[in-house]
Amino acid sequence: MTFHSRYWTAFYTLLIKEVLRFLRIWVQTVLPPAITTALYFIIFGNLIGDRIGEMDGYGYREFIVPGLILMAVIANSYANTVSSFFQAKYQRHIEELLISPVPNWIILAGYVAGGVARGLVVGAVVTGVSLFFADVEVAHPLLTLMVVFLTSVLFALGGFINAVFARNFDDISVIPTFVLTPLTYLGGVFYSIDLLPEFWRQVSLANPVLYMINAFRYGILGVSDIDPGMALALILGFILVLGAVALWLLWKGVGIKS
Amino acid sequence: MTAAVRLQDLRKTYANGTEALRGIDLEVEAGDFFALLGPNGAGKSTAIGILASLVRKSSGRVEVFGHDLDREPQEVKRRIGLVPQEFNFNHWEPVEEIVINQAGYYGIPRRVAYEKSRRVLRELDLWSRRRAQARSLSGGMKRRLMIARALVHEPPLMILDEPTAGVDIEIRRSMWSFMQEINRAGTTIILTTHYLEEAENLCRSIAIIDEGRIVENSTMQALLHRLHRQSFLLTLRQPLQELPPGSPVKLTRADPHTLEATLEQEQTLNALFRWLDRQGIEVLSMRNKQNRLEQFFMDRVRNRKEEARP
Repeated sequence: MTFHSRYWTAFYTLLIKEVLRFLRIWVQTVLPPAITTALYFIIFGNLIGDRIGEMDGYGYREFIVPGLILMAVIANSYANTVSSFFQAKYQRHIEELLISPVPNWIILAGYVAGGVARGLVVGAVVTGVSLFFADVEVAHPLLTLMVVFLTSVLFALGGFINAVFARNFDDISVIPTFVLTPLTYLGGVFYSIDLLPEFWRQVSLANPVLYMINAFRYGILGVSDIDPGMALALILGFILVLGAVALWLLWKGVGIKS
Repeated sequence: MTAAVRLQDLRKTYANGTEALRGIDLEVEAGDFFALLGPNGAGKSTAIGILASLVRKSSGRVEVFGHDLDREPQEVKRRIGLVPQEFNFNHWEPVEEIVINQAGYYGIPRRVAYEKSRRVLRELDLWSRRRAQARSLSGGMKRRLMIARALVHEPPLMILDEPTAGVDIEIRRSMWSFMQEINRAGTTIILTTHYLEEAENLCRSIAIIDEGRIVENSTMQALLHRLHRQSFLLTLRQPLQELPPGSPVKLTRADPHTLEATLEQEQTLNALFRWLDRQGIEVLSMRNKQNRLEQFFMDRVRNRKEEARP
């Protein structure tokens, strides 16, 4: 067996394991974002949205579609790696991987791919729900796919690092609750930052999620508050940094080896 | 002949300052059935953890079938199957998936992994429960699942860390014969156990580790031959109110129907029985008071504790 096929086998074994894991519990993983999105559309789209009128040249329902999809992708990519890797530590079945001849980068790639798979599956479901409420055509398909994929990779990496440091179940919910949710909600999902006073507009520019949501909105609707190229560069930069940190943590055995 | 395992001056100090291993030298021959014994906290699990890449060593050298752990970690890992002390599988996963995934981590393609998992699950009598979630298995089945998982990539070295802990005698015996079978087929086995009868019956070589050091390392036969003293319990036909004087060995009355005989290395049972015959004492049955290895183990560990006392 060649070096490549051996590692490829290990990678897709991990990926299949991760995909089966979140599909087995689809009521907890796939269904809730679909229901939440439908509620957002009913409340913000139908009831309040009609009174808001247009935003960046689009009806409010259409305007919030990209943000709602990416919000679900971010939350689920992160949730998958953080819960799966922490559970592997907690139940000690991470040892199955540590004793096997699987290099650290394959372990990381497998978990991140699992997170991306869940992010994209949930993203597809949310897109399906959105199409019931809003009529949207994709302006830049390639950019849209690139942004959603890279954002998913980035947050899957974030979830992995969170899980490495987590010592109990509280530790895996702190970052999603107190960091990710505020950053996402304040990242321009429901509004254009041009509506904000100058001071808060500048503050918003320090929120990295804003760049991702706007790049994704540009991909779908063709409108954005910021330069999509800069957003892509930012996402790639974060991926490189978090990827390097995650590999270093695995190499050091932080949280998994004595 | 290449040794299955060679440890040289292996040391481990944990972050809290605990010195778990204080320079271990050990060699396990290929094809051996090797017992690694020691009291709780002696360093057995640390040594096994280092071998299995779960614990980082502080210093020293580890070789598995000639492959150095520092230079060729993947080659070392490929040759080891580990059955740990505690259940460490995903309790929510189906049995078959756990075994197939483990094969996948060793680079075995899914189709082949399916065949291999079917073979090991049948051998370990788990095939009928292959679709059950691991958490629904009994304790004995969970142990067998860990053995199946460790065997699926057909490693030449199996490390079993207390594999029969908490299982009933019937399952224990069936696991013993399974281990003997795979050893006869050429797999080197390193076994740690608290059941010393298990080690005595199964293993050909033995090392005793205590306070991070190897205090005994020899063949089982040589070690048992060195036993200085053995105690036997004799069940009598008639109750004995008082022990007659003049016994050729140390003899005490445990109760009216039982005598305890302690023989030094040079003393024989023949002399004892001749004397009992002369006294008209009839013996119905006789058994070892303590398993022989247990006696040796206790003596060795106790002696060290006494030596260490100021």
